[in-house]
Amino acid sequence: MSVPILKQGDVLIASIQAALSDRDLVELRDEIAGRIGRLRARGVIIDLTALDVLDSFATRTIRDIACTARLRGARSVVVGIQPDVAFAMVQLGLSLDGVATALDLEEGLALLGTRQGSRAVGN
Amino acid sequence: MPSEISVPIEREHDIVTARQAGRELAAALGFSSTDQTLLATAISEIARNIVTYAGKGTIAVGRVDRDGRAGVVVIARDDGPGITDIELAMRDGYSTGKSLGVGLPGTRRLVDEFELVSAPGAGTTVTLKKWLR
Repeated sequence: MSVPILKQGDVLIASIQAALSDRDLVELRDEIAGRIGRLRARGVIIDLTALDVLDSFATRTIRDIACTARLRGARSVVVGIQPDVAFAMVQLGLSLDGVATALDLEEGLALLGTRQGSRAVGN
Repeated sequence: MPSEISVPIEREHDIVTARQAGRELAAALGFSSTDQTLLATAISEIARNIVTYAGKGTIAVGRVDRDGRAGVVVIARDDGPGITDIELAMRDGYSTGKSLGVGLPGTRRLVDEFELVSAPGAGTTVTLKKWLR
């Protein structure tokens, strides 16, 4: 199951739709790193709204995606971590230190300061 | 133990299958959504340990009853290399694999009961219990 990556303005939006396997996450990391260059993206939003579990591997891979994107010249924002998931991560001892987070897609786009941020549909 | 489900853990996709089985049973027993998530995350971690350290094993998820309380028991078994120093493996921040070092001690915080039986060359069995509250 691959993750669809949309482009809105100069931001890539990866909306994770279901329980991802490790391989899907690693593929997503590589795909985002490649597309930042091909599409000249300045920002990346990783939307985890639909994810019901973030374990240590997934957390580390999300962090890797954000770090890789930064090295490729794009800022990342992780959005949509659900309350239960956040609580489980804290209990487990996981954090996303050094990675920007926002409540949802709209807040994430606002954080990246894109003009498309307040519109639901971009060009 | 009635309605036990056993999930073979051989590939990383099996991790998702195992944690979903745990979540479904917890939901059927009436666990809160938070407790379902804590249990599913704990199963994800121990399933990942099997894939990373042992290659293959099984995760059995079932209902357990004690003193009129229902709970979920999860038994993760593998015939992998086992753990030489259990005390060290249970220390926060310690890891020999490619993890964040939260594995076993972190997993223990997600559940009510946690038991680890392992010896070098004799595989590893981790038993987790979480009670309905």
